[in-house]
Amino acid sequence: MSFWNDPLKVAADWLLGIFTGWGMPVPAANILIGFLGVLILISILMVLDIGLVWVERKVVARFQDRIGPNRLGPFGLIQPFADIIKLMIKEDTTPGGADKVVYNIAPMLSMMSVLILWAVVPLAPTILGVDLNIGVLYIIAAGAIGTLSIIMGGWSSNNKYALIGAFRQVAVMISFEIPMLATLLIPTILAGSMGTAAIIERQDVWYVLLSPLGALIFLVAAIAELGRAPFDLAEGESELVSGYNIEYSGMKFGMFYAGELLHAFTFGGFWAILFFGGYRFLGLEQVSPFLAIAVILFKAFIGYWLIMWVRYTLLRIRIDHMLAFNWKFLTPLAFTLIIVTALMHALLSGTPAWLYLAGMFLSNILVAWSALEIARSYSRREREKVDGKKAVEVGH
Amino acid sequence: MNPWVFVGLFFLVGLIIPLGAIGVAWILGPKKPNPIKQTTYECGIETVGDSWVQFKAQYYIFALVFLIFDVETVFLFPWAVKLGALGLFAVIEGIIFILILVAGLVYTWRKGMLEWA
Repeated sequence: MSFWNDPLKVAADWLLGIFTGWGMPVPAANILIGFLGVLILISILMVLDIGLVWVERKVVARFQDRIGPNRLGPFGLIQPFADIIKLMIKEDTTPGGADKVVYNIAPMLSMMSVLILWAVVPLAPTILGVDLNIGVLYIIAAGAIGTLSIIMGGWSSNNKYALIGAFRQVAVMISFEIPMLATLLIPTILAGSMGTAAIIERQDVWYVLLSPLGALIFLVAAIAELGRAPFDLAEGESELVSGYNIEYSGMKFGMFYAGELLHAFTFGGFWAILFFGGYRFLGLEQVSPFLAIAVILFKAFIGYWLIMWVRYTLLRIRIDHMLAFNWKFLTPLAFTLIIVTALMHALLSGTPAWLYLAGMFLSNILVAWSALEIARSYSRREREKVDGKKAVEVGH
Repeated sequence: MNPWVFVGLFFLVGLIIPLGAIGVAWILGPKKPNPIKQTTYECGIETVGDSWVQFKAQYYIFALVFLIFDVETVFLFPWAVKLGALGLFAVIEGIIFILILVAGLVYTWRKGMLEWA
């Protein structure tokens, strides 16, 4: 075993030798090593977050036929650092009548809810924060803290725009957590485990091939949970100016902003872990853990890019449409998919791999197709009710 | 070592880093508050009344349905983990469990409660 095969364990053993050499008891030394490891991981994430500011601005510019930041450094790479310095030296204003304690905790919780998600992200076969046996539930629980921070920020600002933004975020949360939980059940059924590491290890075939519809529903629900367009009702800049973070300035606003970007990237990563094999790609993860990290970051960036693509292409949908879309379409569809997946899994579990794969894939396609057909015939009936039978016939 | 110690460390460091960033900004930034600056922002119009008022949450029924489904899905996770070992009988049991709750959703829908009112 060398540093290049298992860097985490080698570094931990080396540090343990040093700390115990200083006369530190072993449990205390272990906790200190854990603390240092977490600190390093989170520092790297914060640097990555700064990079994401640049990526996001550059990509949105390209989608809108602009160039984006291009003045500071090559390709404007220094721009996010300038942004941070600006945020640092801004005055931190608190509106009169705000609930000061809640108001100050909210931006920190916003960032924390994202950072703690990385505890269950397996970066390589040997590099994993915590191998929780309930990793999938942990994702949901930690994500809920992010929603909580938005509600706290919106409520405590003593501003009507912020309050309406927070109310809308609750509406989004109570809708899209159900399809998200339901689609998280699908990798759980297929892998037979809730741990993120086990889900990756048992993904000899990418789960997106076994459950393409599940991957799609997860992506839609993730975009909604992130509060990104077309579900950015909590911000809604044309209606609520800026929504829940309207009264925040300086670094506290920066925390909300950076938290949102990293959250989107993290969910790109979870999409890769649950449906695209995580760090596994053509056996590269066996060669070196560093290659495995590169693979998972690459996959996460693809997921993040897809989320950005959706954000800058689609328009914001109305709140009642959003609730109807979830409760009358997505939730029944997700539960139908669970029933079908569980049945197919039980029926086909003894059969050859190709039959299992084909059965899963075709049953998913069948569910998606029939759901679309039902929605189409329903909307045709609605149109006939509104326009009268004749207008529809003439229209066709 | 207990894995939840690590989760605790993530919580701790996850709070320390944003606290540090906000703390540095608080030290570096100017502090010149005045009453005009601290007024509630409302596009230049003076705010009328308090923001913490009673508010009609049109999605109240949705929230109740959400609560039921949220708890239900948590119950489904142990079933999903052990699905391979339990066999077809448990699958059908689980499906019946799901169908009972979907029946609840259909009932709410037919009652016209899933409308923005």
